[in-house]
Amino acid sequence: MGEFKVHRVRFFDYMPSAIRTMAFNSQTERLAVARADGAVEIFNFNDNFFQEKVIPGQDGRATEALCWVGHRLFSAGLNGEITEYDLENLRPQYTVDAYGGPIWTISSNSQGTQLAVGCEDGTVKIFAILEERIQFQRNLNRHKGRIISLCWHPSSAQIAAGMTDMIKIFDAETGHATRRLLVDRAMGASKNKEVVVWSVGYLSDHTIISGDSAGKVQIWNGLTGTLVRTYLVTKWDVLSLVINASQDESSVIAGTSEGTVIQFQFISSTVDQHDKEWVRTRTFRNHSHDVSALAHTDTAVVSGGMDTQLVVRPLLDKVEKNTQESALRKIAFPHRSLVGCAKKAGLLLFQFPDRLELWKLGESEGHVCLMYPYFVCRFLQGEDHICCSALSACGGWLAYSTVSSVRLYRIQYNNTISINKVSKLPKELRSVHQLCFSSDSSKLFASSCQSSVIVVAVSQQECRYLHTLKHKTGEWKARMHLLCASDDGKWLATANTDCEIHIYNLHKMKLHCMVPVYNSCPTTIAIHPVTNNLISVHADQQIFEFSLVQKEYTQWSRRLQAQGLLSLWLERDTPITHITFNPKNPDHIILHDTYMFCIIDQSLPFPELNAVLWNQMTLKSLPVSQRIGQSHAFKICKSFQHLMCVSLLEDLSLVVVERPLLDIMSQLPAPVRQKKFAT
Amino acid sequence: MVEHGDIRVVHCGGSKINFRDPVITHDSRFLLCASGEAVKVFSTSTEECIHELRGHTGLVTGVLLRPSNHLQVYSSSLDGTLRLWDFTDGILIKVGQRFQLVAVHLPQSGDQMVEAQELSAVLSGVNPNPAAIAFGRGVRTCRHKDNKKGGWNTFTCVACHPKDDCIATGHEDGKIRLWRNFNHKKEYTYSTLHWHHSTVSSLCFTPEGTNLLSGGVESVLVQWRYNQESERDFLPRLGGAITHITVSPDGSLFCTSHSDNKITIIQSCVKVSAVIQGLVKGDSIRTDLMMDPRSKALVLNGKPGHLQFYSLQRDKLLYNLDIVQQEYIHESGLQQFEVVKAAFDASGSWLATVEERHQKAAELELNLKLWAFDEQTQSFVLNTTISAPHDAQITAMCFCQPTDSQTTLLVSTSKDGHFKAWQLAAPAHTEGPSWLCDFVSAYHGLVPECCSFSADGSLLAVVFQEVVTVWSPSTWELLTTLSQPPGAVSDLCFGRLSCSKYLLGTTASNLLCWNLLTCSLEWTTSMDVRRLVADPLSENMAAFCYQSGSTDLFVFKPSEPRPLFSHKAVCSGKVTQAVFAPREEMLESCEESSQWLNRSQLYFLTQQMVNNISTSAEEKQNENVAMTPFYLLLGKHRQQQQEHQDSDSSLWAERTLLQTPAHVLPSTSYLCSMFVQSLLISVSDAREEKAHAEEEMESEKEEEDSEEEMESSRSKPELAAAAATESDTPALTKAQARELRRVRKLDHSWLAGLLDS
Repeated sequence: MGEFKVHRVRFFDYMPSAIRTMAFNSQTERLAVARADGAVEIFNFNDNFFQEKVIPGQDGRATEALCWVGHRLFSAGLNGEITEYDLENLRPQYTVDAYGGPIWTISSNSQGTQLAVGCEDGTVKIFAILEERIQFQRNLNRHKGRIISLCWHPSSAQIAAGMTDMIKIFDAETGHATRRLLVDRAMGASKNKEVVVWSVGYLSDHTIISGDSAGKVQIWNGLTGTLVRTYLVTKWDVLSLVINASQDESSVIAGTSEGTVIQFQFISSTVDQHDKEWVRTRTFRNHSHDVSALAHTDTAVVSGGMDTQLVVRPLLDKVEKNTQESALRKIAFPHRSLVGCAKKAGLLLFQFPDRLELWKLGESEGHVCLMYPYFVCRFLQGEDHICCSALSACGGWLAYSTVSSVRLYRIQYNNTISINKVSKLPKELRSVHQLCFSSDSSKLFASSCQSSVIVVAVSQQECRYLHTLKHKTGEWKARMHLLCASDDGKWLATANTDCEIHIYNLHKMKLHCMVPVYNSCPTTIAIHPVTNNLISVHADQQIFEFSLVQKEYTQWSRRLQAQGLLSLWLERDTPITHITFNPKNPDHIILHDTYMFCIIDQSLPFPELNAVLWNQMTLKSLPVSQRIGQSHAFKICKSFQHLMCVSLLEDLSLVVVERPLLDIMSQLPAPVRQKKFAT
Repeated sequence: MVEHGDIRVVHCGGSKINFRDPVITHDSRFLLCASGEAVKVFSTSTEECIHELRGHTGLVTGVLLRPSNHLQVYSSSLDGTLRLWDFTDGILIKVGQRFQLVAVHLPQSGDQMVEAQELSAVLSGVNPNPAAIAFGRGVRTCRHKDNKKGGWNTFTCVACHPKDDCIATGHEDGKIRLWRNFNHKKEYTYSTLHWHHSTVSSLCFTPEGTNLLSGGVESVLVQWRYNQESERDFLPRLGGAITHITVSPDGSLFCTSHSDNKITIIQSCVKVSAVIQGLVKGDSIRTDLMMDPRSKALVLNGKPGHLQFYSLQRDKLLYNLDIVQQEYIHESGLQQFEVVKAAFDASGSWLATVEERHQKAAELELNLKLWAFDEQTQSFVLNTTISAPHDAQITAMCFCQPTDSQTTLLVSTSKDGHFKAWQLAAPAHTEGPSWLCDFVSAYHGLVPECCSFSADGSLLAVVFQEVVTVWSPSTWELLTTLSQPPGAVSDLCFGRLSCSKYLLGTTASNLLCWNLLTCSLEWTTSMDVRRLVADPLSENMAAFCYQSGSTDLFVFKPSEPRPLFSHKAVCSGKVTQAVFAPREEMLESCEESSQWLNRSQLYFLTQQMVNNISTSAEEKQNENVAMTPFYLLLGKHRQQQQEHQDSDSSLWAERTLLQTPAHVLPSTSYLCSMFVQSLLISVSDAREEKAHAEEEMESEKEEEDSEEEMESSRSKPELAAAAATESDTPALTKAQARELRRVRKLDHSWLAGLLDS
C-alpha cells in the first residue's frame, strides 16, 4: 500500500446553489431539479439516483417552476419566459415570452395538451403543447393580484389558482372564476400582512389543499367552496405542497420555512367505516433552511431547498425495512468531477459555474513549507455558465466550454505567467459536452453533438482540426459525458448516457471496439497506463476491467463479478467520480467518492461479502500474521471528508481536494429563527 | 381492657397508593386504588378514606370496575385470586379462581373469567408493567406488540382511542406517537407529538376521545386536542413525577398519581380539587424515623427537601415542613438539596435539620438549620442557618436531654473527624437568641459514627469506630473511653431510668453493654443487631437482628440478662428503621411478656423485596400466636451453631488481644476471662452447666420464658392447634414437647461434638 505525501487542499470554495423547484416524472422515474443559478439537473431514480444530466444555468434566468409533459421538460421563471429544454444536448431549445410579467408557476393538464402559467399581472395563460413548440391559446379571466400557484383538476375542467388572500377556481373551458375561497390571515401582529397561497393542490374528489404564508395547510371542499380543516403547521410559511398524484391521492406533503416536511394522509378513522379524513401524520426534519421544493414518489419523499441538499427520505411503510432502499439519502455534491489536475505541473483547475480558478500546489520538505500553494489566475465567464473544462497534464493548455462556445488558452510559465487565448479555433468546436487532452498535450478531444468526438491538434503555432470520430454514421445517439485518453496516446474511451462505452484507436482514427453494455450508467472511466485495461465504475457501484487489446473482460474483473462486491461497498450512496493509477505499482487503482477514497490492490484476494472493513490504524495494531490474513483488495481511507478530487501526481504525492459540508453550511444565510428547547 | 395474650405484627399503613392506576367510579364520588394488600376507597371530594377492602393475602395488582354493575369492583392480587367487592359497603362478594395474574383489564363486554384466561394466554411475554397493555374498542386486543418492533425508541406506555383506530404510545425520549392505520399489514402511519423533555410515563384518552392527557417527570399534566395537536393545555406544578393518569367515566375528573405517593384529583383540567397523600418514601429514608414529641407524629424525610409529619393513628400525612426552601427542579439526574438528618429535642420545641447536596465535580454543600416551635402558628420557624457546619458529611446529630439547669445543646458528628457542640446563645446586637458553635473536638483522627446523650444530659458518648468516648458536656472533659474490639460500634444507646448506668452499643456481630460506674463491659451477646431502639418512657430496649433472610426482634432491659420478649422472624428482609411511639393512654397489662408495650408502641419500617410496600407494623395485644416446640428447637439449634462459631474464633480473640493498642482495650478483668476461655478446650457437654457464656444463660432463660408462654397458651388450645398445624406438627402436650426437646438437644450436642473433634 505504501505511504504518500498528501496535499490537503481546502481552498476550493465551491458553493452549490439553492434548490428552487423540482418536478418528478413518474413514468421515466426522472427528477428535474432547478437551482437558483438557473441550472437544471436531472436525476435518474432508477439508476441509484445518479445525476445524469446537468443543463448549465445562465445569469438572469431564474427558474420558478418546472413541469414535465411526457418526456419534455418546461420551465418558467421570473424573466417572464417559458423555456423548453433540449435534454439531449443539454441546453434550452426555445423560449417563449408569455407577456404577462414574471411567471410564478407553470402546470400542465393531465392529458399533456395544455400548459397553464400564472403571471404577475394576474392572468392565467393557457398554452397549447404542440410538437416541437408551444402556442399561446388564451387567457383566463384576469383578476387583480398575482397568481402564485396553480393546479389542474385531473379532469382538466377546472384550474385552482392560489393568489394573495384567496384561492380562485377557474373553469378551464369558459375562463370564468367559479369559486373564490378566502384564506384567513395570520393571527396576532401580522394580521395586516396579506397571506400568500404559496402552493395549492386539486384532488379528483374536488378537494383543494392549500399551503400559505401564515403557516396553515387548509383543506377545502372545492364543490361547495367551504373550508374543511385547518392545520396550523408552522409559525412561518408553508412553501411547497405536493400530492402523490400517481397513486391514490391519499398522501400530501408540505414543506415549511423551518426545514420540516409534514405528511398528511387520507385515513379512515376506524376499520369498518369508510368515511376517511385528512390526518396530519409524520414530520420529517432533514433540512436546516426553507424547503422550497418537494416531490412525492411512490416510496419516498424528495425535498430540497435553501440548504442546497437534495434529500430522499423513503417512506418506511412502503419499502422493505433495512434495505438499501430504506436508507435516507442526501445528495450534496454533483456527481461529476469539478476539479482538473495537471499531474506533471502540479496545477489544480477548479470549475465554478461562472469562473475557473487555476492554483499551483505548494511544496514542503518534512515539516518545512518551501512554497505555499498560490493562486495562479481566474477565468471569468460571462452570461452563460461553464459546462465543462479541461487542463492538460503539462499544465500548458486549458480549455473550457459553455453551451454555445469553446475557449482554449495557452499558459506559459517562465518567471511570469503568460496566458494567451487561442483566438482561431476550428469551427467544428462549437458546442461540446466534455473536453479532454491527450497525455502528451498534443491533442484535444471534445465530445460533440451527434455522439461524435472531435479531435483537434494543439501546438504552439496553430490549432488544427484533425478528425471526427464516429462509431456509427447517420444514427442519432446519446450524448457522451465521459472521455478518457490512454497514456500512450493510442486509445480513447468514451462513455455516453445510454451506458455504452466505445474504444477508439487514435492511430487509425477509427472505432476499435465497444464494451458490452451494462445497465447502469458509468460514472467514471480510466485506461490503465501500463496494461491498457479500461476500468469503469457504474452508478450501482460495480467495477469492471476491460482489456482493450483482447477486447474482453479481464480475469480480475470476472473473478470480481463471480464473487460479488462486499455489501459495505454497494451500500455507499455517492458515486465514484475519479480514478487514478499509481505509476510505481501498476496493481494499485485509486478511486474516490465524496466520503472516502479507496486503493484497490489487484494482486490481493477479494474480501468476504460481509466482511468488516478495518481501518488502517486497527490493522497496524494487529500482529503481522493476523494482518496478512486480514489484507484484501479494498483499502479504504475515510480521514478526508467530502472529497472533490483525489489524484496522484508524478512525484507520487497525493492531492486531496476537500470541501467540508460544514463550510458550505456556514456560508448559507441564517435560517428562520426557531425556538429551541431550553434556550 | 384488651384481651390478654401474645403479640403479633400488625400492618398499620403507609403503603403505596401510586402502585397501580386508580379507578374513579361512574358517579365520580369515589376513587379506588390498590394499596398494599388492600383496596382503599377514597371520597373524591373530602379526600377521606371511606373503606378499606381487606381480604387479599398478596399485593393487590389491579382494580377495575365491573362493567355490568357499577357498584362492584374487581381486584386482582399476587395471591392469585380475583375478588369482587361491593365498594359502597365494603363487602367481599366473590372470590375468583387462582391464576397467576399480574394485572386485570376487562374489555367492555364479556364474562370476566373467560377474559382472564385469555389474558394469561394472549399476553405471555409482555412487559409486566401494566402501562404496556391497553384494550381498544370491541374485542381487539394487544395490538401494541405489533408496534413494538416498529419504533426505535423504547415504549413506556400505551393508550387506545375509545372511538377511533388510534393508539397513542409514549416513549422514553419524551415523544408521543399516534399510530393509525395499523390494521393493514404494513400501511401503518404515525404522527409525533413532542412536548415532554424526558420519558412520558402515562397516557390517557378522555372518554369521548377528544383529548389526550400525558404526564411525566416534569409533573405537568398536558392536555392535547385530538386531531388538533398544536393546541394543548398545561397544568403545571403538580408535585412529584406523574406515574398514572385516569379519567372518570363522565370525563369531569382527572386523577394523577405521583411518584411521591400522592393522588391528585383535578376538575376539568383546570383546578386541583383534592390531594390524597400517602406516606412518602423516596429512594431512601436518610433521616431516621422520629417521633414529634408534640404532635406524636412520625417524622421522616418526605418529598424532596421536606420533612413529613405523618399521623400513625390515622394513616394520613399531617403536613410537610419545607426544609430546603428552594424550588425543586423536576428532572431526573439532577443533584439537588436533600434532607439527610433531623433531630428533635425532648420537648419538641427545637428541631435540627441537615441538608446536603453532593455533586460529583463540586464540593459538598451542607447546611445545618435549627427550627424553633412557634406556639402561635403551631409550626416550626427557622431560627438559625449554619452553612457548612462541617467539612464532610454529618453522620449523627442529637440534642441534649434537658435538665433544669442546662441550656439546650446540640451535638453533631461528621466524617471530617470532628464533633461539634452547638449552643443557643444570645448575641449582643440581634433580636433573638441563635445557635453558635460551643465546642469542637476530635479523637485520634478517627471518624465519629454516632453520638448519644445520657438521659439526664450529664454524659455524652461519641463513638469513634471501635472506641466509645464518654464526655462531660458541662466541662467538655474526656471522662473515659470504652472499647470492645473487634468491630466498629454502629449504634449507641444510653439506658433509661433505673438502667441509666448502662451504655449499650452494637457492632456488626455483637450487642455490648457497658456499666458506666465500673467502666467495664457488663455483658455481651453475639447477634447481628441492625437497629437498637430505646423506649423513652421505660428502661426497655428493642433490638432488631438480621439473620438468614429475616429479622428477629428482641426486647430487653439492660439490667436483666433475659429478654422481656423475643419474636423470631417478625418480617422477612432487613429492618433498618424503627421507633418507639408513646401511647396516648397507658395500658394495664399484667402479662409479663407484653408489659413492655404498656407505655409505648414499637413501629418499624420494612422494605420488602418483592413489591416495595412499606409496612409500618404495630404490635397489639389482641391475638395469640403460640410458640411451637418446633419453633423452639429451631431457635436452640441456631444458638448452638453460634456457639460453635465462637469456639472457632477463640484463637482469633487471642491475636486481637495481643495486637490491639492498650488504651482501647477493655478492662483486664474482662480480657483475662476471655483469654482463659480461649485457652480452654471447649466441651460441648459443658454447655449444659451454664459455665461461662452469657448468651448460654440467656438462651436458657429464653427457654424458660417460652415454657411459660406455652403454659399460657394452653388456655387457648384451639389457637395453639392452629399454629401447630401451620408448622406441620401435631399439637403436643407439654410433656411431649419437653421430651422432644431433650431428644433434640442430645442429638445436637452429639453432632456438635463430632464437629469439634
